[in-house]
Amino acid sequence: MDDHSRDQQKNRPAQPGRRDALKKSAALAAAAAAAQLGFPALVRAQADTLKLAHLTPRTGFLGQLGDYGFKAASLAVDEINAAGGLLGRKVELIAEDSVNPQTAVTKAQKLIERDKVVAIIGEINSASALAIGEQVARYKTTPFFNTGANSDALRGKNCNRLMFHIEAGNTMYTKTIGTWQKAENKIKGARWYMLTADYAFGHDLFRVSTKFLKENGGELLNNDMVPTNTQDYSAYILKIRQAKPDLVYINLAGVDQTTFLKQYKEYNLPYPLAGGVMDTIPFWGAGIDSISGHWQSLWYHGLDIPAAQAFTKRFSDKSGFPPDNQAWGDYVGVRIMAQSIAETKTTDAAKIVEYLEKGASFDILKARKGSFRAWDHSLLQEMYVVKVKDKARMKDKWDIFDIVRPVPGANESLELIQPTREENACTMA
Amino acid sequence: MFAIVVEQVLNGLLVGSYYIVLSLGLSLIFSLGGVVNLAHGAFYALGAYLAYEVERRLGFAGAILLSPIGVALVGVLIERWFLRRLYHEDPMLSLLFTFGLAMTAEQSLRLIWGTTGLPFAIPASLQGQLLLGDFIYSYYRLTVLAVTAATIFGCWALLHRTAFGMIVRAGTRDPEMVRAMGISLRPALSAVFALGVALAGLAGVMSAPLAGIQPAMGTEILTAAFVVVVIGGLGSFWGVVYAGLLVGVVRGITVVFYPPAAEASMYILMALILLVRPRGLMGEKFEKFE
Repeated sequence: MDDHSRDQQKNRPAQPGRRDALKKSAALAAAAAAAQLGFPALVRAQADTLKLAHLTPRTGFLGQLGDYGFKAASLAVDEINAAGGLLGRKVELIAEDSVNPQTAVTKAQKLIERDKVVAIIGEINSASALAIGEQVARYKTTPFFNTGANSDALRGKNCNRLMFHIEAGNTMYTKTIGTWQKAENKIKGARWYMLTADYAFGHDLFRVSTKFLKENGGELLNNDMVPTNTQDYSAYILKIRQAKPDLVYINLAGVDQTTFLKQYKEYNLPYPLAGGVMDTIPFWGAGIDSISGHWQSLWYHGLDIPAAQAFTKRFSDKSGFPPDNQAWGDYVGVRIMAQSIAETKTTDAAKIVEYLEKGASFDILKARKGSFRAWDHSLLQEMYVVKVKDKARMKDKWDIFDIVRPVPGANESLELIQPTREENACTMA
Repeated sequence: MFAIVVEQVLNGLLVGSYYIVLSLGLSLIFSLGGVVNLAHGAFYALGAYLAYEVERRLGFAGAILLSPIGVALVGVLIERWFLRRLYHEDPMLSLLFTFGLAMTAEQSLRLIWGTTGLPFAIPASLQGQLLLGDFIYSYYRLTVLAVTAATIFGCWALLHRTAFGMIVRAGTRDPEMVRAMGISLRPALSAVFALGVALAGLAGVMSAPLAGIQPAMGTEILTAAFVVVVIGGLGSFWGVVYAGLLVGVVRGITVVFYPPAAEASMYILMALILLVRPRGLMGEKFEKFE
């Protein structure tokens, strides 16, 4: 990039920012005036809609997760509009496909500059989430709610004041299953065999999970770095069989994870199985015959909580299938943004960030309410340990898990599964 | 340590057998028609998807018989309508055609069956493991081995013990001479294409219970199939068989000693073999490929 264009880029945010602020205050003034006059119906006619962006991968290997997210975000917006909108305005959802980090940057800029959205919600790919995070930090006009990217660095090294995380980070996934294993006495003195996806995501997870294992007195028997898109795991499974570990722990994701699960079940080894992350959709795709073990879940539609059940019903009525954890994230993201706007009575990013950092609490369709941790913007929330269901008791093909327990437990601090400052330092400018 | 290596070698033979079926079809189509079938993976995926439909109605045995036939029928149509026009053109055209076909096919699979992977369990009668001393084999994989062996034998007999096979072999060697003797290669070309994609379909059916079904499965496996064909030597029947087994064994041993290179091992093997034997393991000098 030459100096000229770099200058241009550096300068770009200032102008729209100012224009944006002007326009927003004008709209607010108009709304206030109209409200005073007692013509609420006029407000809607005068002020334009309030725009919310949904930016997430809709094509490519994450496209399927993104689609669930989009359905849920639209549902949330429909519900908000049915209840009268926000600040007297209708909410409009502008959905964009962020295929890769480059596209994510272009789309984020367009959404902020041209569409003047009040928030960006979405993303699954950690590299794209990082790119969007950099953009919102630069413009300072639009908060970004990450609903699906797991990388710890987003909450640590790359954290910023405009970015909030509804999705749990890798450390939280690891500590959730780890806390349960510790309670079940499966770590101390235990010998684990690990398989790790041989790219950034897997390495990150491997680092976190071995740290947890060793801190709690367990031993890493062996770790195999597995190339992505491996079709045949029999060679690895034979190695595991020779090693006779106490537990098999896989730092794999997506198709790699389900292919391994399928073939692990084929060999029927006696060693229990767990892993670093779990998304419901690939598990549904693999089918109950191919999966086994204990897993950690961010949210599962089988949760016995009225708010969760009501959401599941509304989502299922509309789409014909239940929501997964990604749908939950995007739904809750829109809901949190809506509550923030309603409570602060503004769409000003600085005021909303302040509101969120002060520990505002939100109904996140779990037993306990959620709130953002001020210093790294990670959502303090409970997660769940789930166990693959006995096939005979399945109600339908989506009914694949039994909930074992929430982590942290009802009387434990929600900080229990969060990374500490030492583990994942975040300093916000 | 020795036991582990032996076990991995035996397992590698099983894994390799599954590459053979896929690569054999690719090799046949290339040898006779001169078509580099980049859509071979798409036919493999189609085989798996058809198996998903058939298996629900007629069980796995039905799927393994009918699905390759279904794939062959689709292959015949594509050969009749499109590929036939390209045999005598620049080979680049058929390459581009199959490349486009592969992409169209993958998207079509997404449109018809959705972007989600489809569950496909190992049939109940083939679940379980055989323990031989300290070695473990899954019944399903042994079945795959048996089907592969039968397929190899069937193809060999077809090519070496029938009049049709003689025409195919002669056509591979010297198509002009075959034509000069008054034999039209057209029907043989159609039949070989159908047979080749049927083999891809069969490999797809066999892989479904192991790796599941998803739209991109064909693209992922295609490179491996090409590597096996190149290692074996273009136009060589037994070359493909040996190469498939070799790739499986080398991969298994790599997993024991250095797993990160497991998928790369076949490429290293290919490079080494091409250095020593530029036409592959059993490749012979073919006028038309030189």
